[in-house]
Amino acid sequence: MGVVLQVENLVKVYPGVKAVDGISLSIDEGTCFGLLGPNGAGKTTTVEMMEGLTPATSGEVRYRGRRLDRAFKNEVGIQFQATALQDYLTTREVLELFGQFYPRRVAVDELIEMCSLGEFQHQDNRKLSGGQRQRLFLALALVNDPYVLFLDEPTTGLDPQARRNFWALIERIKSQHKTIVLTTHYMDEAYRLCDEIAIMDHGRIIAQGQPQRLLHQYFDNVWLELPKNGFAPAESFPWKFLESREAFEIQTTDVTGTIRYLIDHGVSLAGLRVRTPTLEDLFLELTGRELRAGA
Amino acid sequence: MRSFWALVVARNREFIRDKGTLGWNLGFPLVVIFGVAIIFAGPDRELYKVGLMGREAPAASAPLQFLDTRFVGFVPIDNLEDGLDKVRHHRLDMLLDLGDPPRYWINESNQNGYLLERMLMGAGAHPAIAKELLQGREVRYVDWLLPGVLAMNMMFSCLFGVGYVIVRYRKSGILRRFKVTPVSALQFISAQVVSRMILIMLTVALLYAGTDLVLDYFVLGSLLDLFIVFTVGGLCLTAMGLAVAARTHSEELAGGLLNLFSWPMMFLSGVWFSLEGADPWIRRAAQVLPLTPLIDASRKIMIDGAGLLSVLPELATLAGMTVLFLGLGAYLFRWE
Repeated sequence: MGVVLQVENLVKVYPGVKAVDGISLSIDEGTCFGLLGPNGAGKTTTVEMMEGLTPATSGEVRYRGRRLDRAFKNEVGIQFQATALQDYLTTREVLELFGQFYPRRVAVDELIEMCSLGEFQHQDNRKLSGGQRQRLFLALALVNDPYVLFLDEPTTGLDPQARRNFWALIERIKSQHKTIVLTTHYMDEAYRLCDEIAIMDHGRIIAQGQPQRLLHQYFDNVWLELPKNGFAPAESFPWKFLESREAFEIQTTDVTGTIRYLIDHGVSLAGLRVRTPTLEDLFLELTGRELRAGA
Repeated sequence: MRSFWALVVARNREFIRDKGTLGWNLGFPLVVIFGVAIIFAGPDRELYKVGLMGREAPAASAPLQFLDTRFVGFVPIDNLEDGLDKVRHHRLDMLLDLGDPPRYWINESNQNGYLLERMLMGAGAHPAIAKELLQGREVRYVDWLLPGVLAMNMMFSCLFGVGYVIVRYRKSGILRRFKVTPVSALQFISAQVVSRMILIMLTVALLYAGTDLVLDYFVLGSLLDLFIVFTVGGLCLTAMGLAVAARTHSEELAGGLLNLFSWPMMFLSGVWFSLEGADPWIRRAAQVLPLTPLIDASRKIMIDGAGLLSVLPELATLAGMTVLFLGLGAYLFRWE
C-alpha cells in the first residue's frame, strides 16, 4: 500500500490572510482520509490545492511521486461542495457529457445503478432534490473510474436519511479500494468513513491519525451526562465539566467514584448517561470550545 | 474531438430546450421584418423622387423650370452609375442630368417615372431632350432592411448567447466543473463558437426562407455568397462575445459591456437607415464596428448583385477583427 498523495509544506496566502500555513501530509492508497476543521480552517483551500484547482503560494503536492500534470486529471474524480451543471440537461445526458471527456470511463448505466439515479435519469438535473443532486455529483466524480476521489463536504445540507444513504454509497466505493479524500465537519461521518483524519484549525493541522487512536491519545476518561435537575456543581467540584442548557457533562476517569460523590452530595441520578468521547469532543477540545474546570 | 462534439451537442440541447430564448431568437426578427413590411407597404410619403446631376453647370436647354415643381423631391447625385442603380431599383423615380446635352432616365416599370416624364414635358422641356429607359425591379424598404435585421439578430445572439452564457457558467461554477476535467480551454471555447454558429446559421436560413415565402425578397447576388458573408460575420461577433466574457465574473457587468457594444452597432451600423448623409466622424466610427462591414457586404450582395470579390474588403475586415477578438479572448480567458 504505497503513498498516493504527498503534500509538503503547503502554503496559501490571500491578500491579508494566510489560509493554509505549511501543511504536510501523505495519503496511502486505498484509504479514506478525512480533513476536518471548523469553517474557515483552510480545509477547502487545502483540498483545492491538492486537486490542482488552486495554485499554492509555496509547497508542493505530488501524485504517485510526480507533480500534478494533465494525466492527473484523468485519474482523479472530484465532487465539489457546491457546483452547477448546464441547464436543461437530464441526469443521463450530464453523465454522458462528462464521460466523453475521459479516455477511461464507467458505463453510464453502471453509474446510474451504483448511485441509485435510475428513477430520475431522464429528469432535468435542476429538478433533483438535494440528496439526488449529491448522488449525481458523486456519479460525475466517478465517471472516469478514478483512483483518487475528492469529496468536499458531500453531505452538507442533506437530511439524516439522505446522509446515511450517502455514507453507504461511499462505503461501497471504499470497498473498491479507491483512495478517498473527504472534507467534512460532521464528526460522525468522519468517524464512520475515515481510516485516518487530520484536524485543521487556522490553516494548520493540529492533530492527525486514526480516529480511534486519536481518541485514546487525547482522552483517558468518559463523560457523565447529568440533567440539571436542580444540581449545580460547587466551586470545589473535583472534575472538569461542561454546562449546556439542560445538562452537565462531567469528564472523569473514575466513574464509580464520581457517582458515589454525586450520591453523597444528594444529587439525583435520574437521567444519568455514561458515554465515551467522540470525535466531536476531540474536535471541540482541540479547536477551542471553552472547558470550565473545577477547582 | 470526442470532448469537443460532446460540448457542442450539450450546448445545442441547452439552447433548443430553452423555449424562451429560442422563441426570442426566431420571433423578434420576424416581428421586425413583417412589421416593417406592413408599415411601409402603403404609398410612399414623398410623391416623387428625382435624382439631379449637372446642376452646377446646366446646359442652356436644361429644363430648369421643372425644378420648381411642387411635391417632387430633388436629390443631388454625384455618380451616374449610382443614380442609374437607384432608378433601376425604384429608389429614384427619375434621374435628370442638366448638363450638355440634358438627359433623363426612367424605369419603364415605375409608374411615377411616367408621370414625372409628363411633368417634365409640361414644364417646358425641349422635346428633343434625350430619354433613356431602364429596367429593374423595385427595392422595397423591407428588402433593404432584411440584411440589417438578420445581422442585428445575429449580433445579439452571438454576443449574449456566447458572452453572457459563459459569464453565467463561470458565476454558477459550471466552468469550474469543466476545469477539473481534461477538457482544455481551447476545446471548450471552440465548442461554444461552433455550437452558436450552427444554431445561428440555421436561424438565419430559417428566417430568410420563411419570410421570403411571403415577402419575395429582391436578391441580385448569390445566396451562397450571402451565406459566406453571414458565416464570417457570425464568427466575428461570436469572437467579440468571447472576448468580453473572457474573465468577467459578474452577469451585470457582462450585460453592461455587451450593451455597450451592441447598442452603438444597432444604431451606427446601418441596420435601420443609411448613414450616407451622416457626419463623416459618425461614418468613420461606424467602420470600426463589426456589424457595419457585415451589413454593407450583405446589402451589396443582395441589392447590388456584388460577388465575393467585390466584398473582399468587408470580408477581410471581419476576418481581421475575428482574429483580434479570438486572440484577445484566448489570452484573457479564465475558467474562474
